[in-house]
Amino acid sequence: TMLSKGLKRKREEEEEEEKESLAVDAWWLDPGHPAVAPASPAVASSSLFDLSVLKLHHSLRQSEPDLRHLVLVVNTLRRIQASMAPTAALPPVPNPPAAPSMADNLLASSDAALSASMASLLEDLSHIEGLSQAPQPLADEGPPGRTTGGAPPGLGALDLLGPATGCLLDDGLEGLFEDIDTSMYDSELWAPASEGLKPGPEDGLGKEEAPELDEAELDYLMDVLVGTQALERPPGPGR
Amino acid sequence: MFREEPAAAAWPARPARPLRIASVCGGGACPGHRARPSMGEDTDTRKINHSFLRDHSYVTEADIISTVEFNHTGELLATGDKGGRVVIFQREPESKNAPHSQGEYDVYSTFQSHEPEFDYLKSLEIEEKINKIKWLPQQNAAHSLLSTNDKTIKLWKITERDKRPEGYNLKDEEGKLKDLSTVTSLQVPVLKPMDLMVEVSPRRVFANGHTYHINSISVNSDCETYMSADDLRINLWHLAVTDRSFNIVDIKPANMEDLTEVITASEFHPHHCNLFVYSSSKGSLRLCDMRAAALCDKHSKLFEEPEDPSNRSFFSEIISSVSDVKFSHSGRYMLTRDYLTVKVWDLNMEARPLETYQVHDYLRSKLCSLYENDCIFDKFECAWNGSDSVIMTGAYNNFFRMFDRNTKRDVTLEASRESSKPRAVLKPRRVCVGGKRRRDDISVDSLDFTKKILHTAWHPTENIIAIAATNNLYIFQDKVNSDMH
Repeated sequence: TMLSKGLKRKREEEEEEEKESLAVDAWWLDPGHPAVAPASPAVASSSLFDLSVLKLHHSLRQSEPDLRHLVLVVNTLRRIQASMAPTAALPPVPNPPAAPSMADNLLASSDAALSASMASLLEDLSHIEGLSQAPQPLADEGPPGRTTGGAPPGLGALDLLGPATGCLLDDGLEGLFEDIDTSMYDSELWAPASEGLKPGPEDGLGKEEAPELDEAELDYLMDVLVGTQALERPPGPGR
Repeated sequence: MFREEPAAAAWPARPARPLRIASVCGGGACPGHRARPSMGEDTDTRKINHSFLRDHSYVTEADIISTVEFNHTGELLATGDKGGRVVIFQREPESKNAPHSQGEYDVYSTFQSHEPEFDYLKSLEIEEKINKIKWLPQQNAAHSLLSTNDKTIKLWKITERDKRPEGYNLKDEEGKLKDLSTVTSLQVPVLKPMDLMVEVSPRRVFANGHTYHINSISVNSDCETYMSADDLRINLWHLAVTDRSFNIVDIKPANMEDLTEVITASEFHPHHCNLFVYSSSKGSLRLCDMRAAALCDKHSKLFEEPEDPSNRSFFSEIISSVSDVKFSHSGRYMLTRDYLTVKVWDLNMEARPLETYQVHDYLRSKLCSLYENDCIFDKFECAWNGSDSVIMTGAYNNFFRMFDRNTKRDVTLEASRESSKPRAVLKPRRVCVGGKRRRDDISVDSLDFTKKILHTAWHPTENIIAIAATNNLYIFQDKVNSDMH
């Protein structure tokens, strides 16, 4: 029995299925745990979601992340996120969902939980060596900095691994800076809200922009998070 | 697919044949595997001192075996460990006194292959753990092997010295120059026998070829080239050239944000030097032909099994990730291992595997928990026997599984000192999943997930297998008749 069947079926049926599955599959959760008690379908996915975010967090904290582990966790996270009911916490995205790819689904759904999770993740990631200029989208300091202009957006954490010294010699010193890209912190993947509201320049957010989550929205997000999630969270914004 | 059923106490290929353990080498018995303060004294020891078997010394991380590989004749067995050491075992020739008993494996050589390194540019430590060892086909009296850690591949040459010259004219026995006035006649130096010495020397270091972690190496049948694969790229090297390699596969996307798949394993075809296969984290296999293009990003064949809709879950992709791929000796089939199954693929059929065997299907309902404790990411290897009729792979609780492709029988065996005495016949194990429980059954919930058998190897021609259980190496032989059938 699985947490989610994945076949197209009516929403209620799906919730029924998840409810049943929760009882069987979530035995790894302590029965007395608050997350299990309500046995609502959203909780199973959201607990798994949290777990995946934590794994991603942990994976990225490694000095040299295991790329296979990282990719598998990210893909699983996308699956979970895609199956979760999109919350309407943020204003709808004006851009119509273009390609049916997972990345676009992420952008279009404007999942508050996802963006908030990522935000706190990013804050913690600034501790990683070599990323001292990592932008902090939810901090009050202001716009994110970039180590170099014009670096293409990307899953910067993955690119941290950088080129081999052999390749470095080929590119010259420019290659060194090109590959250290911190666009993970301001790429579409992690800040869907801002991407949707303000289509930035082709190379991602520029210096002047920051994901626009003001204090009121932050508080709201915190309430949402605190209300629905029982697992330990990384420190939230506004600390 | 066939369900797990207990076989009789027998080697699967011959139902009536008992499996006997020929030698058990525990962590303490192999000098190279013990983290002892003084390593030097052990290098001359060629016999296993069996008294160490009882000495359950401390276990350090450095002793964990990370790869096992027989050479092409099966005479030598190499193991690599987390501490960067390689230990080579040699099979003793059959004893004249007991012509029916097969030779046992004893330590032949131990050496430090890789040391921990620090990449100052990226502030990263590079692990010395040996990921893979591959033997080169023997071309002269010396043996050669390739060993690799995450970043650097090394070619080692292993030679024997059992003679030394004596009777120099200009030097005395200690090597000091003689006083020429004392030399009254000339003599021809002669070679005198000496105690056998095994010398290992690094011949090549293939560095700076990989940005990401090397997961496999494979020697080409042309015996001149080999390939190394990391998460995103595969390089082709010439064995004699260390400052250059050719990139033959590159799946790194222009935008790392688009990365969804990595390379997990690769191997050259055993006979066609232009063909190789690589597997991915999404469960696909790509067969590539180097004659078709310099950069083999386009595969010649793509082997993929469509997802079973009745078994879909959040973890479908993770459990479909291929952890090992091996060509059959015949070159006609490929064997893959994913989290729950081993599959045999026919090179002529891309749509689906020829055969699928369940390794531990009872874990399917535990995937959530296994995801939580990261066990779902464990990478198990798989192996063919010499005649491609039996396949083997490891599992948890120090269990390993064998599947007979012809009879469709399978067996679960255990590699542990507690349950096996030397020379005893291995007893088949059974995992019970509810329902009737027999006396020696293990229940699913009492499986030890820290005892994983990730690395296994099968002798190229005989029924001898090597099983790595954490820091212990087990060698099992079919004593009655080890000829290939």
